[in-house]
Amino acid sequence: MQDLISILDLAKEEVLEIFEKTDALLRGKIRLRLDGKIVSLAFFEPSTRTALSFESAALSMGGRVLGFTSEESISVAKGENLADTVRMLDNYSDCIVIRHKFDGAAKFASEIAQKPVINAGDGKHEHPTQTLIDLYTIKRIFGTPEGLTFGLLGDLRYARTVNSLVRGLKFFRPKKVYLISPPQLRLREEIRNELDYPTEERVDPRDVIGDIDVLYVTRIQKERFPDESEYEKVKESYRVDVRLVEEMRKDSVILHPLPRVTEIDRRIDSYPQAKYFLQASLAVPLRSVLLHEVVGGVEA
Amino acid sequence: MKNGLIVSKIKNGTVIDHIPAGRALAVLRVLGIRGQEGYRIALVMNVESSKMGRKDILKIEERAIEEREAELITLIAPEATINIVKDYEVVEKRKQKVPDKITGLLRCTNPSCITNNDPEAATKFKTLRKSPIELVCEYCETRITEQEVLRQILE
Ligand SMILES: [Zn+2]
Repeated sequence: MQDLISILDLAKEEVLEIFEKTDALLRGKIRLRLDGKIVSLAFFEPSTRTALSFESAALSMGGRVLGFTSEESISVAKGENLADTVRMLDNYSDCIVIRHKFDGAAKFASEIAQKPVINAGDGKHEHPTQTLIDLYTIKRIFGTPEGLTFGLLGDLRYARTVNSLVRGLKFFRPKKVYLISPPQLRLREEIRNELDYPTEERVDPRDVIGDIDVLYVTRIQKERFPDESEYEKVKESYRVDVRLVEEMRKDSVILHPLPRVTEIDRRIDSYPQAKYFLQASLAVPLRSVLLHEVVGGVEA
Repeated sequence: MKNGLIVSKIKNGTVIDHIPAGRALAVLRVLGIRGQEGYRIALVMNVESSKMGRKDILKIEERAIEEREAELITLIAPEATINIVKDYEVVEKRKQKVPDKITGLLRCTNPSCITNNDPEAATKFKTLRKSPIELVCEYCETRITEQEVLRQILE
């Protein structure tokens, strides 16, 4: 595997292979090693969760990590540009994991770097490793993501996790995907047009909640709004509360890429449908397998 | 010319035919011609065409068209033919193909695209549809329509 910029850079077989390896890793059937390898973290946009999970993944396999997890901490603040920073990290490491606030930054970095580049989120564009975690969580719970009914709730316009997920779902022929959002935050037309499975736009999750196997909730991406007043119009426009979850089927699940703000009532955490902590716990094993594939470590 | 609008032949230069009606001025803009350059130019607009209904024709004396200019012309005039005239005779008829990729010529309309925020990141578009033109940014996947291409050329 070379670069991972979009989830569609992978073939379905490769996705399934990553899932199988993650299963094996969790069951202790394989041990993955990255001895002598160095992973760069280039987080131009601050992140805790994603950066730490990549770091933990690399360290747990005996690899080493260098880089930065917020723009202030590095020379970017002193005026060094993206391209020069990527050239430097390309010399210092075996793989570059990049997060950046601008759309297309990861692809641009991959054209400069000789070493593989993993997109850990570029603007409102894509976040493919999160999608692998999402789909793997669904596979763990349902056996396969194939043929399920999804409800994607929240900011479908600016959430890169949603872009990558709707694309990743093309591998698994969902029965239906409800796109549930305020009208201003609908999935972008050009993304919706490329989907080859049934979708339906909704505003109120209550209308379809009994139908849904997987409710995928996202935070409103405040930082991507062109202006504050647009954000004010939609903030707190949806919320997963006890009333909504009571209407969900018992065997359905709620996922969220985290961090969350107010879109999920914390009382939901104790409901059997709440699976976002399980989802978060699968980030390190899945990213371990991915890093191992990309960097080319030793398997035992 | 069968429609009766008489424009004399040029001696040496270029005739661009089959320009969509009303776009000859945009084609001139692509060529960077604003009138002060001194070229002898004949511009015929909105004349009948058996192929296109109506069309524009442009004749420019003592001016060659470079490959890159020809490519850019196809973005707003995909059917255009470029005739090279020497001594009153057409010595070469070029039908330029719409390029599959367009690098550096146009801007991405997404303000958060890396190409609008990093001096080293030149724009790169892939052609999705040739006529009318539709492009997609290779970095952020924003789509650019013919209207936007025309807007950028004419501004
Ligand atoms: Zn772009």
